[in-house]
Amino acid sequence: MTKRRIGTVLKYVFLFAMSFLSIFPLVWMAISATNRSVDVVSGRLLPGTYLVENFRNLASTHRIGLAMWNSFRNAVTATIASLVVCSLAGYGFEIYHDKGKDFLMRLLLLSMMIPFAAIMIPLFMMVGRMGLLNTTTAFVLPTVSTAFLIFLFRQSARYFPQDVIEAARLEGMSELGIFFRMYIPIMRSTYVTAGIITFMNAWNSYLWPLIIMQSKESIVMPLLISNLIAGYVTDYGMVMLGVTLSVLPTVIIFLLLQNSFAEGILSSVR
Amino acid sequence: MGHLLTLKRRQNLIGWLFIVPASILIFVFYFYPIVRAALLSFQTGVGVSLNYAGLFNYQRLLSDTVLKASISNVFIFLIIQVRIMLTLALILASLLNDPNLRFRGFFRTCLFLPCATSLVSYAIVFRSLFALDGFVNYLLTALKIIERPINWTGNPWTARALIIIALTWRWTGYNMVFYLAGLQNIDRSIYEAALIDGAGGLTRFTRITVPLLRPIILLTSIMSTNGTLQLFDETMNLTNGGPANATLSISQYIYRLSFQYSPRFGYAAAISFVVFVMVAVLSLIQMRVGDVR
Repeated sequence: MTKRRIGTVLKYVFLFAMSFLSIFPLVWMAISATNRSVDVVSGRLLPGTYLVENFRNLASTHRIGLAMWNSFRNAVTATIASLVVCSLAGYGFEIYHDKGKDFLMRLLLLSMMIPFAAIMIPLFMMVGRMGLLNTTTAFVLPTVSTAFLIFLFRQSARYFPQDVIEAARLEGMSELGIFFRMYIPIMRSTYVTAGIITFMNAWNSYLWPLIIMQSKESIVMPLLISNLIAGYVTDYGMVMLGVTLSVLPTVIIFLLLQNSFAEGILSSVR
Repeated sequence: MGHLLTLKRRQNLIGWLFIVPASILIFVFYFYPIVRAALLSFQTGVGVSLNYAGLFNYQRLLSDTVLKASISNVFIFLIIQVRIMLTLALILASLLNDPNLRFRGFFRTCLFLPCATSLVSYAIVFRSLFALDGFVNYLLTALKIIERPINWTGNPWTARALIIIALTWRWTGYNMVFYLAGLQNIDRSIYEAALIDGAGGLTRFTRITVPLLRPIILLTSIMSTNGTLQLFDETMNLTNGGPANATLSISQYIYRLSFQYSPRFGYAAAISFVVFVMVAVLSLIQMRVGDVR
């Protein structure tokens, strides 16, 4: 009995320790955003009063507002475009499926094997030739349509009752009307899951904008915070404020929609 | 009857309209570039002035010591990091799977939270935490564990350790989610029966949990291998591939060849094609495993 009790205590100690280690870097980041660099370096773990000053330093040396806005605009554009294009396709592949479409779907799935590193050079050359460097269009285009999202929407369309479609057709509703007025409202949770994945990927995307966003006007958050530590002396308070701002949207999404978030991760292999 | 057929055909055509935009985009932005990359890998030159060079790039690749270094770095991460991370994720998932566990939601949220951070952000947080004047060195010296601050990014093995620590922090919870989902499909009565037979916690873990989760464990190992082969954001922002290429990843080397030195697109494409083949083989295995499930 006592042996078992020790086991229980150890279990909780282990879980609390791991939980602490998991959140500590983020807590430290948020606290450091409110402290002076000297305090951060000397190990201060209490919130300070330098948040405003850190922000002033950040805003005067880096175009934080612009980067936030660019990131936001790119991510929202990517999300909307992706959801429309991929959900249309996923729905089409399932509802109107025949041999030809099933074959095409299998072909498209092969694209998931292609690592970004393998195609970034041709993509960069294409985008350059089209004169799209530094634009949202270039940022969004390669990831608007992904086999993964099409597949996700195809799976969800499988649960869309066929007799609802038949009934709507008898009522004289157009095929596109059925999709917009019936499928979309019913499949809201799939859209939320897909939206979270797409928004996060776009918001966090680093390598692609690193290559194509070469002008100062097109800077995005991952590039900005990556630049923050490039200097010789690091102002930790300022850097941590920048990083905090960059993770804020995704952490908020995570805390509000944790289950959809987990669903999104899991659906990547189903 | 004829009317029905045309209706069917009409719907079939509308179906194609639904899928055409997405399909074209995938052909243009995935399949065309990979073909281009293949062609590019047989060319050589600087920038966009390229000439056909046969297998020259692939020959050069065999004697490229930096490439060899980057491949061996990636395999060091793979062999050490993936194992630590997956073991940890398995243990955590099986502990959290206990329905009587208190603070279950709290633990889950905490362990899962690192997944919400972007790769660049957490790389910078870890770089600051492990800086020469960073918090980790402060803590270790204050606790008298070390005498002098460790220059984490200055030594090959401490730099690699740093990457391994950071990767483990970011991805353990991610893998745990897969195991938790898998554990939900295991019948609880198996555990109860084992408990009646007097099987201890460790026995239940090694004799029930691990064997039943084997397909998912395989799946997560392939995903991790895949991710590690494409490692970029972390090595770029945490150690910048240093010191002396000790943490340089393959993707970062491709990036350097294409965009930092005088651009050698042909040679970089040859390397990226090697990555493609490695990832493709892994994905094929992954799909087969997925089918079995």
